Amino acid sequence: MSGAGRPLTHWRHRLAERGVDRQLWLLVPALVFVIALFLYPFFYGLTLSFQPTKGGPFSDYARFFSDSYERGTIWITLRIALPAALLNVLAAVPIAYRMRGRFRGKRLVTTLLVVPITLGTVLTAQGLLNFLGPTGWFNRILLASNLVDEPVRLTHNYWGVFFSLVITGFPFAFLLVLSYLSGIDPTLERAAATLGADWRRRFTRITLPLLMPGLATTFCLTFVLAFSVFPSAVLVGNPAGETRVISLAAYQAAYEQYDYPYASAIAMIMGFVELVIIAVVLAARSRFYTGSTGGKG
Amino acid sequence: MATTTQAPPARPPATSTDRRRRIVARPAAWIVWGVVIFFFLNLLGVVASVLVSSFGQRWFDTWLPDGYTTSWYTRAWDEFALLQVIVVTLEVSVLVVGLSLVIGVPAAYALARRSFPGKRLIFLVFLLPILMPPITYGIPLATVLYKFGLAGHMSGVVLANLVPSVPFVILTMTPFIEQIDPRIESAARMCGAGLRTVFLRVLTPLLVPGILASAILVLVRTVGMFELTFLTAGPDSQTLVVALYYSMSASGIRAQQSVDAMAVIYTSMMLVLLVVALRYVNPTQLVAQVKDEPEH
Repeated sequence: MSGAGRPLTHWRHRLAERGVDRQLWLLVPALVFVIALFLYPFFYGLTLSFQPTKGGPFSDYARFFSDSYERGTIWITLRIALPAALLNVLAAVPIAYRMRGRFRGKRLVTTLLVVPITLGTVLTAQGLLNFLGPTGWFNRILLASNLVDEPVRLTHNYWGVFFSLVITGFPFAFLLVLSYLSGIDPTLERAAATLGADWRRRFTRITLPLLMPGLATTFCLTFVLAFSVFPSAVLVGNPAGETRVISLAAYQAAYEQYDYPYASAIAMIMGFVELVIIAVVLAARSRFYTGSTGGKG
Repeated sequence: MATTTQAPPARPPATSTDRRRRIVARPAAWIVWGVVIFFFLNLLGVVASVLVSSFGQRWFDTWLPDGYTTSWYTRAWDEFALLQVIVVTLEVSVLVVGLSLVIGVPAAYALARRSFPGKRLIFLVFLLPILMPPITYGIPLATVLYKFGLAGHMSGVVLANLVPSVPFVILTMTPFIEQIDPRIESAARMCGAGLRTVFLRVLTPLLVPGILASAILVLVRTVGMFELTFLTAGPDSQTLVVALYYSMSASGIRAQQSVDAMAVIYTSMMLVLLVVALRYVNPTQLVAQVKDEPEH
């Protein structure tokens, strides 16, 4: 083996023992792609954000945080995205729990819950404006049944955006939660039932702990969707004030002021805030059981 | 796949627990279904108001429009050059689906079958584009694409849409590949098949359900992806969502009903895609591979 003529084979053999061999070439196209189209632009944006049009390397970040109108977008975004994502996940749990078993019309209900995915932002926005607007059916019903004296204002403000996030986010959250729930072995609950646990204890002691990692993943994905809310914040929200989310600030910097360094700085701040929340959720998740519950997450 | 049969829910054996369970469970069940029905009623209102409005002649302060017409559809079709927009949408989506499968499936295979140093890091890099809001990486990406003269055309839109699609293919394909018995490949290799032959003659036929599933999901995602297309599209490379957004945010110029008509066209297109998708994908099995049939 120590023959001087075959160092290459020897080296290759050593690598193969650790799992590195020719088959890994299969990864190369995807890696090249992710480096060229994701990592490179990301680091390009990062360096660009430290090269503002005027001032020192950090002046664009300073500019963002010193301007309360700009800084406020972080808070506005979180105030919309966190409750919306939380509601979507929490509402999905009991509904998915009811839907696990076998019953008539299950497929129909699942399909109905999935259909809102096809609505798209614009139809949702138009629909919310028509339906919840001052002369829409919702307010007409409230007025006709004498529940309110004057139309409730639910569009062009916080609530419009919130509802649009629930409509687009809930079906997605529901699908994921249902998927994780059906991955939990039903024999575990049956075993607990034979030992005399009622449904409440079966749920809190067995299903919920096993579901927790899946819920964390679902929350993260729903939160990403809600955090990047942009079209609906413009269409059903109040894009100059109450719902001026951070993606809107970044977009305006890039495409209305053509200040790419500043836009990149805002994008970096946005990504950072979002990753911090996700890191917190995932860190909390790792405190729960992370074995095989059927899900990969 | 078409049937979702599962083991019946567990029954407590003793009658005393049974009675207790019923008292506790019934109100909860009613509340859950009540909330679901309330959600659906409002959703129905949202969708129906757009649908009615797109057929309505004039609709101001009344329960229903004054009269009905289909002229908004023909008007939207002509005004927005919808045919061209739909053709662009389909071209972009088909290119994105094809490229992301070609790039993603081999990588998913390597990640599903092999363990090697740095695997977790590579997995994380593939996960990041899905965990990041599109605007965050979209703005630097659009800047880079403009620098190389790629944005503003179809190529830029396709490249930008590939960023979340390739990782998505990798993540959805990995469990499908893990399901396939590796001994099948070993047998093929024993018979003298090379990696390429194993891939094309053995694995691909077995993976057709998974490939179809992720292809359709990528298709639905790409048709619906707003941000990335919005940031990189030029006037003649807009997809339907972006064209819709422009027509709605420039309100006042267009009749609202004509935007409604366009939104209905978009949604029907998505609905067709979703119905096709549901024929191949059981939506409840996206994350976890659940056995459909109860074991005997």
